[in-house]
Amino acid sequence: MSLQKAFRDPAAAKRLSAAIAAITTRPWNIMEVCGGQTHSIIKYGIDQLLPEGVNLIHGPGCPVCVTPLEYIDKALAIAALPNVILCSFGDMLRVPGSRQDLLGLKAEGADVRIVYSPTDALEIARKHPNQEVVFFGVGFETTAPTIGLAAYQAKQSQLNNFSLLACHVRVPPVIEALLDSPDNRVQGFLGAGHVCTIMGCGEYVPLAERYRVPIVITGFEPVDVLHGLYACIKQLEEGRFEVENAYRRVVREHGNPAAQQLLRQVFEVVDRNWRGLGTIKHGGLALNDDYRDFNAERRFSVDAIATQEPVACRSGDVLKGLLKPSECSEFGVRCTPEKPLGATMVSSEGACAAYYRYRRLQHG
Amino acid sequence: MADFEPNCPLPLQYDRIVMAHGGGGRLMQQLLDTLVRPVFRNPVLDQNHDSAVVEINGTRLAFTTDSYVVKPLFFPGGDIGKLAVCGTLNDLAMSGAKPLYLTCSLIIEEGLPAADLQRILESMQQAASEAGVLIVTGDTKTVDRGKGDGLYINTAGIGLIGEQVNVNPSAIRPGDSIIVNSDLARHGIAVMLEREGMNFEHRIESDCADLSGLVQELLQNGIEIHCLRDLTRGGLASALIELASASRYEFELGESALPVREDVRAACDILGFDPLYIANEGCFALFVPESQTEAALSVLRRHPLGAQSLAIGRVKSACSQGRVVLQTPIGVGRVLDLFSGEQLPRIC
Repeated sequence: MSLQKAFRDPAAAKRLSAAIAAITTRPWNIMEVCGGQTHSIIKYGIDQLLPEGVNLIHGPGCPVCVTPLEYIDKALAIAALPNVILCSFGDMLRVPGSRQDLLGLKAEGADVRIVYSPTDALEIARKHPNQEVVFFGVGFETTAPTIGLAAYQAKQSQLNNFSLLACHVRVPPVIEALLDSPDNRVQGFLGAGHVCTIMGCGEYVPLAERYRVPIVITGFEPVDVLHGLYACIKQLEEGRFEVENAYRRVVREHGNPAAQQLLRQVFEVVDRNWRGLGTIKHGGLALNDDYRDFNAERRFSVDAIATQEPVACRSGDVLKGLLKPSECSEFGVRCTPEKPLGATMVSSEGACAAYYRYRRLQHG
Repeated sequence: MADFEPNCPLPLQYDRIVMAHGGGGRLMQQLLDTLVRPVFRNPVLDQNHDSAVVEINGTRLAFTTDSYVVKPLFFPGGDIGKLAVCGTLNDLAMSGAKPLYLTCSLIIEEGLPAADLQRILESMQQAASEAGVLIVTGDTKTVDRGKGDGLYINTAGIGLIGEQVNVNPSAIRPGDSIIVNSDLARHGIAVMLEREGMNFEHRIESDCADLSGLVQELLQNGIEIHCLRDLTRGGLASALIELASASRYEFELGESALPVREDVRAACDILGFDPLYIANEGCFALFVPESQTEAALSVLRRHPLGAQSLAIGRVKSACSQGRVVLQTPIGVGRVLDLFSGEQLPRIC
């Protein structure tokens, strides 16, 4: 059996869900932080395998969803300039800014390109020395090193027609903000496996201790998610609150030191506005002063763009776990993937989009 | 967090065509339903199938056209020429027709190497002669450099439909078996990997092939075909969702039974794509009465393009909107929905 098949194995999934049922004695609210896990939970129907009362709360771990509107508007402003090639990961292109999205701007003639890696954008910059190439970098600690590497290589090779619009976010501060919130309902966390591949498990230990919550580092296949849930519920039932690595085949205790070193070299920790959640203290990474020449916000003078977002949807409540997507009165009515009211409906990993794609028709 | 405000943008409407309008998903359906069909409205167009079926002096003909804009022009397992012939032959075959004649219109971008064009035309001729059809008329236009991707090809085709043949979404019945003749998502992934310059240990080849011979085999062996649909843009899921909604039945599929090659699945996982929504060019979904499932499979499996055929699901009871339910590997049912436009590669 291939690795992939093994972690999607129905028999293993059934055994784990039976094991979860056997140890669960009362209701628990568990948050999976990462959008990749949300997608997997809804796609495979993992939540339907859980005992009554085990409630999964879909957290703010979709980088596309939490990228603040002002950064989409900055990307749009830069992409609309003559002589600019704007490169981005695919799923940012459909996220609406305050007036349009990057796909719409592309249809109007802007040069907007999907790349699979920021270093592909460096190649484009080398091939088009007379044009400005900008990479729109978003994401958690998982993607930040790849964007950091692009910045580092651009600086090393003095590739002066390349710059970055970087808007990165960090997981630990948002977990802290959620736990500090007076209406917090989360009792245990599934930690984002791929973030920990980079950062390791250490930074979660103080959080688990201070707030007395188990944090179980979890993978993304159905069997991984069920394994993480089992470990988390077991801790809750036993009154433990530890950081546990349930994704050992990928995550090492100390993460990836080389990637961490690169992050320190290129970025600095900043307060960051998260869409739907407001400002999270230390919640972001921005290019540091050594890399200011490669900062697209400075280069194209868009750092003044601050978008006032109309209050039209409750994605903040969804991101905080106060509301299931399908409980929102706009869900599937005024808010669909074609006409998203909020970013949680735009990205394929957004909780609302996942519910819309996999659940909306369930009870027809 | 205490001073938290839910912040969201206003909804968007596209007032221009975006690429997603051609992606085989919901936006393309909207474009057809709101802009195209109302203008051309007529009973033949309203058949809403891969080919139009028209009757001339008592003879039923299938008539279809398709344009090909694939980038790159040459890809593992085929090229734009082979695709332009096979794709249109397949559209005819999906009405149960025996293809007879094709047209070939070329829109050539200034600067295309003549040798490339020759190779593509020869590839078209080879595919046509293997299928026993003639390319009998066409057109050539050139556009300025930068106005096209080297070459666009349009082909139209006509074919003859036998007397007893009625292959149509309206012929789908409860209990029908749903059969596919090969593995899924191979064409889309082969082209994408080639276009993006992503190399795997071995190259994934497109499944680009003419299916008309396979369909004729089924008909000649007395298989009662209720419906056929080739799984091109939008893949298996989009095609079945469309058929379920046209026929107003619930289809049930077993996700574990769906044939996706390991290397294709791995590529999909890396890119964050769902293989059920990715194009094939040599794969159809076939609806036959349950009693004919084994007979149909044995006819299919005798043919090289049907060697891997298998039943993936069945038609269940009527339901108002029609829907496709996928039983996930861990035993939970999930309803499939159309994508908005095209799948976009995910961040992480």
